[in-house]
Amino acid sequence: MTKKSYQAGVRLSAFALALVPLAQTVVDAFTGGLGANPIEEITHRSGWWALAFLMLTLAVTPIRQITGIGWLIRLRRMLGLFAFFYASLHFAIYLGLDQFFAFDYILEDIAERPYITVGFAALLILIPLAVTSTKRMVKRLGGRRWSRLHKLVYLAAALGVLHFLWLVKADLREPAVFAAILTVLLGYRFIVDLRRRVRVRRKKSRSSAGPLEPATPASHR
Amino acid sequence: MLIRRPPDIKESEVTDEGLYISRRRFIRSAATAGVGIGLVATASPLLSCGSDRTAIADDSMGEASQDDELTPYEDVTTYNNFYEFGTGKGDPAKNAHTLRTRPWTVSVEGECGKPGVYDIEDILRRYPAEERIYRLRCVEAWSMVIPWMGFALGDFIKDLEPTSRAKYVEFKTLHDVEQMPGQRRGVLDWPYVEGLRMDEAVHPLTLFAVGLYGKVLPNQNGAPIRLVVPWKYGFKSIKSIVGMRFVSEMPMTTWAVTAPSEYGFYANVNPDVDHPRWSQARERRLGELRRRATLPFNGYAEQVGSLYSGMDLRRYF
Repeated sequence: MTKKSYQAGVRLSAFALALVPLAQTVVDAFTGGLGANPIEEITHRSGWWALAFLMLTLAVTPIRQITGIGWLIRLRRMLGLFAFFYASLHFAIYLGLDQFFAFDYILEDIAERPYITVGFAALLILIPLAVTSTKRMVKRLGGRRWSRLHKLVYLAAALGVLHFLWLVKADLREPAVFAAILTVLLGYRFIVDLRRRVRVRRKKSRSSAGPLEPATPASHR
Repeated sequence: MLIRRPPDIKESEVTDEGLYISRRRFIRSAATAGVGIGLVATASPLLSCGSDRTAIADDSMGEASQDDELTPYEDVTTYNNFYEFGTGKGDPAKNAHTLRTRPWTVSVEGECGKPGVYDIEDILRRYPAEERIYRLRCVEAWSMVIPWMGFALGDFIKDLEPTSRAKYVEFKTLHDVEQMPGQRRGVLDWPYVEGLRMDEAVHPLTLFAVGLYGKVLPNQNGAPIRLVVPWKYGFKSIKSIVGMRFVSEMPMTTWAVTAPSEYGFYANVNPDVDHPRWSQARERRLGELRRRATLPFNGYAEQVGSLYSGMDLRRYF
């Protein structure tokens, strides 16, 4: 197998795997596997998978840098779009099935329930990221601006975890696991960034230590 | 008596669920048609193993009774909040088999004339179970309609002879990590504690339930004996009770201790007072697609509203 077809195979399998939660839910819907409160169940499942895909998306860069498997970057956009897909599904279920498009209640929820406020904010942040995920948009924005914009994904992930944390009544275990994973993923980036800054500063100070110059310019008297 | 000796009941003697529901519908429509209590009384020996049915159950449904389809047995017994067996809704049905409901005692302490340890068998013998169909409204904004088997808590309390210093009753769930594996984790302050004001406890709607759907109470629903207070959020209806105490001060109840800004002592169902994290204006009745409006006191305002006259229900939530 060539390297290229191997990578294509991995990408295709990842795509298929990412659809498994959806397929499983459809199967459960027809076989009574969603329990006594199916709307709540599918709301929770879609939200859980949105968060999980956000974490996977954020894991690509650290894994790639640590293992040196560079082509993994090519999975990132797909994973990010799946996070957006499940988040959109999550919101659509809330909007259509849970609230039945009762916009007065929905607006009240968004304005007054902090966990819904932050969850909604996270979804809003993901929209421009999904829209600008194409190669053409990267080119149009320019690499620097594009990557600065896409740093917003950190904020979206943090708000998403907060959304889960504030929803839960007493058993904080699951949202705490998400929070821990996110801390590791963001902490890794912070440390890498810090080391880079230190290196740059050292280089700078070394180069500025070059030629000797007087502290005050000599004056002619 | 139906409940007293569970092993003696043959499967064939238990009313088939479909039949049971159709009979309930028949009774309800008969009652609406004005035939009323007389027919219910004559029909009652027919209905199931001589359990004592009273008209209170149907009366208490009020005008909403036409709307209140029973929630299927399957849903009532697989969708539970009973953190002693895990925090997932399906966990209690999976894990509650470790609970041993015999032998079982309820200890009675505090301001009363008859403190002591009461055996569940003696309680069941003395207070015959009758059927009460009640709505159950969870603080999480979902609801069910459940045909409980049980007896008025007031009858039990009267026999315990509370003194004039008894202003509240405190209830306590079993605390045993071997039987209740969910207690290994400190999700809540174990044991679970709940309480009622004395007038709430002796109100005729307040039930000690020992069964549902004409069957012995399943473990995941709080076997062998639990409280049912239909006008309060579900967490007030404490399960698997091992202790009662008559006290003069308001008891510290588990959820109110865990999150005082979210859960109060009274916890009366109130569509006008939102939980800080979700609206209480509407609820999802399990089995229904669209949410329905939540009623004050869960639709029992006529019966219990007077208990709270003059009280600021926003403050005492």
